Amino acid sequence: MALLEVKNLNLELNGKKILNNLNFEIWKGYVHAIMGTNGAGKSTLANTIMGLSGYENISGDILFKGKSLKTKTISERARDGITLGWQEPARYEGLKIEDFLNASAKRKNTEELKKALSTVGIKPEDHLNRAVDKTLSGGERKKIELASILLMEPEIAFLDEPDSGIDIESISRIFEVVKILKEKGTTVVFITHSLAVLSRADHAFLMCKGQIVDKGDRQKIKNYFKEECIECEIKDPEVKKEEKRTDER
Amino acid sequence: MKDNEIKKSLFKYVKDMHAMENDPRSAKLTIHGNKVISGNSVKGLTVESDEKEQGVDIKLELADNTKIEKPVLLCFGVIPENGIQKINLDVVIGKNSEISLKAHCVFPNAVDVQHIMNAEITLRDNAKYKYFERHIHSPEGGINVIPKAAINIGKNAVFSTEFELIEGRVGNMDIEYITYVDDYGTADMSARVAGSENDKLKISETSFLKGKYSKAALTTKIAVRDKAKADVYNKIVAEGDYSRGHVDCKEIIKDIAEANAVPIVGVKNSTAHVTHEASIGSVDKKQLETLMARGLSEENASDLIIRGMLSQT
Ligand SMILES: Nc1ncnc2c1ncn2[C@@H]1O[C@H](COP(=O)(O)OP(=O)(O)O)[C@@H](O)[C@H]1O
Ligand SMILES: [Mg+2]
Repeated sequence: MALLEVKNLNLELNGKKILNNLNFEIWKGYVHAIMGTNGAGKSTLANTIMGLSGYENISGDILFKGKSLKTKTISERARDGITLGWQEPARYEGLKIEDFLNASAKRKNTEELKKALSTVGIKPEDHLNRAVDKTLSGGERKKIELASILLMEPEIAFLDEPDSGIDIESISRIFEVVKILKEKGTTVVFITHSLAVLSRADHAFLMCKGQIVDKGDRQKIKNYFKEECIECEIKDPEVKKEEKRTDER
Repeated sequence: MKDNEIKKSLFKYVKDMHAMENDPRSAKLTIHGNKVISGNSVKGLTVESDEKEQGVDIKLELADNTKIEKPVLLCFGVIPENGIQKINLDVVIGKNSEISLKAHCVFPNAVDVQHIMNAEITLRDNAKYKYFERHIHSPEGGINVIPKAAINIGKNAVFSTEFELIEGRVGNMDIEYITYVDDYGTADMSARVAGSENDKLKISETSFLKGKYSKAALTTKIAVRDKAKADVYNKIVAEGDYSRGHVDCKEIIKDIAEANAVPIVGVKNSTAHVTHEASIGSVDKKQLETLMARGLSEENASDLIIRGMLSQT
C-alpha cells in the first residue's frame, strides 16, 4: 500500500484552478522529488497535503496510510506523521531555538537537540539560547527547521525548495541530513525546480500546470524536464523572470 | 500572620531574595501591605521608611560617586486575599553614581487587593539607574495595580526600566510613567504584559526630551486573550537639539480581546527626530502553522509564540 495517496485532487484559489485532478501515490522509504517549473503548483500541493489554512477547499481526497486526511487539522496530520519544511521558514520573536526544537522533538532532551543542530551544521553552544528571529540568516533558519524535522522523526516530510537560501558549501550537508532522515525511516519528498535537488532523489514526479504529467526514475524525469519544461518555460516571460531571479542566488 | 511566615510566603516567589536574605552585601527591602518587614542597606545608600496609616513612605538616596555592585532587591506584596498597599517612593541618585534595582511585586492570592505606587525619581548628572519590576499575581484577577512615576533624568544620566507581568491575571492595571530628559540623557522604558479573561490594562509612558542630544525608547509588548482589553498610550515630545526618540508597540490579540495603541510623537525642534512603530494583530499564521506541522496543538503553538514574544526585552 502506498504511504500517501492523492486521488482526483482539485483546488481552486481565487477562482483559478491550481491543482487539476491530481492522481499519484507516494511509496514509503524513498526520497521522492516533485519537480516542476515555477508556478506549476508544487507548493500548493504540499500546503494542501499539510492542510494549511487557505488550502482546505479541495475536491477529491488525500489518503495517508489508507485513511482520509480531509477532516484533519494540521496538528492531527502532524501527529499522524506528516510534516512540511517551508521554502522560507518563519521568523519568530524571542522564541529560543532550544524551545522551538523542543516543541518538535519526539525525544525531548537537550543532548538530542544539540546533536540535531550539529547534524545540520549549526553550532549548538552558540545557538541553543538564540532566538529563531531575524538575526539568523535565511539559510540558518532553514537548517534549524530541518533540525526540528529530524527531531520530530516524521513518517513523511515534504521539503519545499530545500536548497533555496542555502550557501553552496552547506548544500551537501542538507543532503546528508536527508540521508539520515531516510535511514531513520522518514519518506522524504522534495518540492523543487532544481535539477541539483532532483539528482538526490530516488524517484520523481513531474508536475506541470497543476497536474502530474510524468513519473519515474530521476534520469527520465531529468531528461524530460531539460528537454520539455525548460523549453516551455522560455516561451513564458513571467516564468522566465522568476526562474532567473532564483538562479541568481 | 507572623513576619517570618509572611517572608517565607513572599520569598517563595522571589528566588534572589531568598538566596540573598542573609547576605549583608546586597541591600534589600521587604514591605508587606503597608508594613516594613525587613531590610538592610549598604555603604553609600540611605534607605528610610516611614509607616503611615495610609501607606509607607520610602526614601532611597544614593550618595554621589557611588557604585552599588549588587542589585538592590525590593519585595512588595500582599499575601492574604484582601489588602491595600500604598507606597510613596522618593529616589535620588547622586552624581556619577550607579545602581540597579530588582523589584518583585507579589500578590499570589489576591481577590481584592490594591497596589498603589507613587514614585518620584531624580537622577543627577551622569547617574545610572536600572530598574526591573516583575509582578506575580493570583489567577483570580482581583487586583488593582496603579503605579505612577515622575522621573527627572539629569545630564548624561541613564534611566532604564523594565516592567513584567506575565504570571497570573493582570486584573486592573493603570501604569503612568513620565520622564523628563536633560542634555545627553537617556530614558529607556519597556513593559511586557499578558492579560486574559476580563483584565484591563492601561499603559501610559511619556518622555519629554528637553535637553540636547537626549534620547528615549519606549517599548511595549502586550498579549491579550479572552475578553481582556489593553490600551497603550506612548508619547515622546522632542524639544532638545538633536534629540532622538522611538516608540515601539507590539500587541497580539486572541479570542475577543481588544488592543489599542495610541502613539503620540511630537517634535518641536527641527534637528530632532522621533519615530514610531505599532503592530496589533493575531498570532502570525506561518509561525503558528509551522509549529502545528510539528505536532503542537493550535493552543500550545500560539502560547509558545506569545511566550517567546513576551520573553524578549
Ligand atoms: N492564494 C493564491 N491565489 C491565487 N493564485 C495562487 C495562490 N497561491 C498560488 N497561486 C498560483 O498558483 C500557481 C502555483 O503556485 P505554487 O504552488 O506556489 O507554484 P510552485 O511552488 O510550483 O512554484 C501559481 O500560478 C500561483 O500564482
Ligand atoms: Mg513553490
